[in-house]
Amino acid sequence: MVGAACALYAARSGLDVTLVDRGPVAGGTTGAGEGNLLVSDKEPGPELDLALLSGRLWADLAEELGEAFEYEAKGGVVVAATPEGLTALETFAAGQRAAGVEAVPVAADQLHTLEPHLAPGLTGAVHYPQDTQVMPALAAAHLVRASGARLLTGRTVTEVLRTADGAVRGVRTDRGDLHAPVVVNAAGTWGAEVAALAGVFLPVLPRRGFVLVTEPLPRRVRHKVYAADYVADVASDSAALGTSPVVEGTAAGPILIGASRERVGFDRSLSLPAVRALAAGATRLFPFLTDVRALRTYLGFRPYMPDHLPAIGPDPRVPGLFHACGHEGAGIGLATGTGRLIAQVVAGRTPDLDLTPFRPDRFPKEAG
Amino acid sequence: MNPLELVGAEPGPAFTVTLDGREITALPGQTVAAALWAAGVTSWRATRGAGRPRGVFCGIGVCFDCLVTVNDRPNQRACLVPVRAGDTIRTQEGTGHGD
Amino acid sequence: MATERPHLAVIGAGPAGLAASLAAAAHGVRVTLIDSAAGAGGQFYRRPPAGLGARRPEALHHRWRTWRRLGDALAARVEAGTIRHLADHHVWCVEPVERAELVVHALLGPLQEEPVTVRADAVLLATGGYEKVLPFPGWTLPGVVTAGGAQAMLKGGLVVPGQRAVVAGTGPLLLPVATGLAAAGVEVAALVESADPKAFLRRPVALAAHPAKVAEGVRYGARLLRHHVKVLPRHTVVAAHGEQRLDAVTVAALDTHGRVGPGTERRIACDTLAVGHGMLAHIDLAESLGCRIDGLNVAVDEEQRTDVPGVWAAGETTGIGGAALSLAEGHIAGRSAAARLTGTRPDPHTWARAARSRRRAREFFAALDTVYAPPAHWTDQVTDETVVCRCEEVTAGAVRKAVDELGAGDVRTVKLLTRAGMGWCQGRMCEPAVAGLAGCEQTPARRLLARPVPLGVLARAGDPEDD
Repeated sequence: MVGAACALYAARSGLDVTLVDRGPVAGGTTGAGEGNLLVSDKEPGPELDLALLSGRLWADLAEELGEAFEYEAKGGVVVAATPEGLTALETFAAGQRAAGVEAVPVAADQLHTLEPHLAPGLTGAVHYPQDTQVMPALAAAHLVRASGARLLTGRTVTEVLRTADGAVRGVRTDRGDLHAPVVVNAAGTWGAEVAALAGVFLPVLPRRGFVLVTEPLPRRVRHKVYAADYVADVASDSAALGTSPVVEGTAAGPILIGASRERVGFDRSLSLPAVRALAAGATRLFPFLTDVRALRTYLGFRPYMPDHLPAIGPDPRVPGLFHACGHEGAGIGLATGTGRLIAQVVAGRTPDLDLTPFRPDRFPKEAG
Repeated sequence: MNPLELVGAEPGPAFTVTLDGREITALPGQTVAAALWAAGVTSWRATRGAGRPRGVFCGIGVCFDCLVTVNDRPNQRACLVPVRAGDTIRTQEGTGHGD
Repeated sequence: MATERPHLAVIGAGPAGLAASLAAAAHGVRVTLIDSAAGAGGQFYRRPPAGLGARRPEALHHRWRTWRRLGDALAARVEAGTIRHLADHHVWCVEPVERAELVVHALLGPLQEEPVTVRADAVLLATGGYEKVLPFPGWTLPGVVTAGGAQAMLKGGLVVPGQRAVVAGTGPLLLPVATGLAAAGVEVAALVESADPKAFLRRPVALAAHPAKVAEGVRYGARLLRHHVKVLPRHTVVAAHGEQRLDAVTVAALDTHGRVGPGTERRIACDTLAVGHGMLAHIDLAESLGCRIDGLNVAVDEEQRTDVPGVWAAGETTGIGGAALSLAEGHIAGRSAAARLTGTRPDPHTWARAARSRRRAREFFAALDTVYAPPAHWTDQVTDETVVCRCEEVTAGAVRKAVDELGAGDVRTVKLLTRAGMGWCQGRMCEPAVAGLAGCEQTPARRLLARPVPLGVLARAGDPEDD
């Protein structure tokens, strides 16, 4: 997704763009994501600024292509189950409001007007009308198409080509060389490998997540609904399994249930403990789901960075190399802003946001 | 020769179930799908998108085309569920969840 | 607990699972045979339930004696307590847990709402296969059923879907389906086979090695004649017609390149079309366990072991090959599992006969595979309006658009871009069609849940206090 957005904004700024992927379009984490464009889960700071910029750009793109990628401004609802939880949530929301986020407190007696099937006994919630969803694979495919970029799928980059003075001059692939003065690493969870091909260290690590998908249903969950502890889970640094229920209905009918996080490398086998925790959390939020069947579960690997911020911008260690990866679970939402910023800095213009927090060389290379 | 004659069947006593309120005779041990076929019914579901009729396709529980509502439980596979005396069988539309 | 015999869970009570259970139980292992049907036998030996009082169920079967032998042996073992048979148990996942133990998670049928778990020292997957059907205009009409589905409803429910049928597609299954329907009083208007079975005559070696198969073929031929079933080799169904249900099909001749010959179309009135294009293996449980998959089948070694410790596989799940192959593989798997679970060294010499019949059956099926194939250009007949994904109603046009305009080149990407394969059946029905339309190989779908599971069950799955 991030690569597709970079291609789109770079092409629109007048560049000649080639998009290379070793798999198909949306074959990595994009195809395993839920397509969230969220502001609700972000605390004030550089990531929230990027999310707000991205949200505006997504809305613009939706004017052109929204139907093609199922753009739906459904809004998010974050619920608290205890008075302490609600106090923490409201404090968090107040900070977000100051940063430009729409965050509307919802009293306990108003919750069921917003979400009729929510469990009884919840303390309160905050409604985030800006939270939006797209169908990520369709979004990536349509952005690629709209970009007009040359698309080379099933082609693996094996080397980053450099000039004698170290600057980038293209990439070598398993099916021939591609010459370009600028290379953007938008390899997501595999961004560390591409960085390594250019001889630089970028600590992108896989953080596995499962999603459960139910049978098709009439629209019973209207928003993206999640428990307040989700934010803490996202921000956690633990490698162990963390889950917090995130439940949302889709235009196509099924309800999607996330979100689990664990750092277990690229293990693709089923983890019943993870899936069980998702189901348990979702049925606590929405008791009617107890009798609803899960048709499938799938997993993906989020590109995790130690400080939870993506790498965006030029790599001072290798002239001509730019990074646009490491967005963890927010890559779909942050893709448009990232693409815009990359297009701006590649063209030598001042980016809309200060890229300092996203500097790709901010991580000291580990010993050995 | 019909299938029952072919295997020399001596079924237990027939009983009645309803399909959308209409009475249908069924034999013990039959699945809902078999009882409906025996009654000359070959479709009992309208698809979610185009509202097209569907019934048995794979016959062994893999394709989920034969989904039906039995005793208020939607999305049962008619080819797997045995029919019982007094069952209320309803054709279903869309998701089967009253949409 | 130390005195208790090791415990093997066998999933699937068809020929492979039965042979495996009997072999393992005879060699010092306690077996739990878990199966989704009400009675043992699998699809091959599917029989009417007791309530229908069938006195001659063998009228719809061949190799009935083999079933009698298996069924009687199972009954004796169940009686003796060395095999526990859990009927009506629908397994959705096998979970490896600590101490080399595996937990089989199942739902109790027919409602599939209540969970059941079985803990075992090893698991043997004998989950069989299901039918592959390629689409054509009209294939979603009621009255169009899979060939195996028509047979299953006949063998198990003693019912037929109509009065006048066409049996079509390709593969050895079509013969018993046509003769079975005819014997049950259905007028079989034609058996439409896209291959030319006479091609077998050009494989005298394959035939000479399998006189029983030749005799079987001759028997079916005689039955087709007796029931006046017209056989149309090198023909295919190009469309099914009807409004609310099937009323006719159009068939056409195929040229030597597998294309429909212009002007050869003819319409045949019928209310039933039983159609199939071969079989696919159920490999979901193996996939979620992380077993190596070879093509679309579970990969096994000479002893029928997968590459996951404690997991064996036998029968169609390791590659389509028919009941005789399943029996041989099941026997070997059961013997191997018993030996390894009781701490003895497996001795392949003791199952040499089964190994021989396994090799011969695999050879025979390899030969069959070269003869029976769908028309090379079957996608030519699939109009853009034809629904390909029956669950999500995704058309061939939408699939082609994803390929031509959005760059999809594989089944998963088509699924992501069109929803083909995201519905109730999870792509089991449409994957071969999507692969054909996208011009790519069909690849394993990684279905981590082998069947739909209520979220309430999932939320408690594996809770120790539930066991």
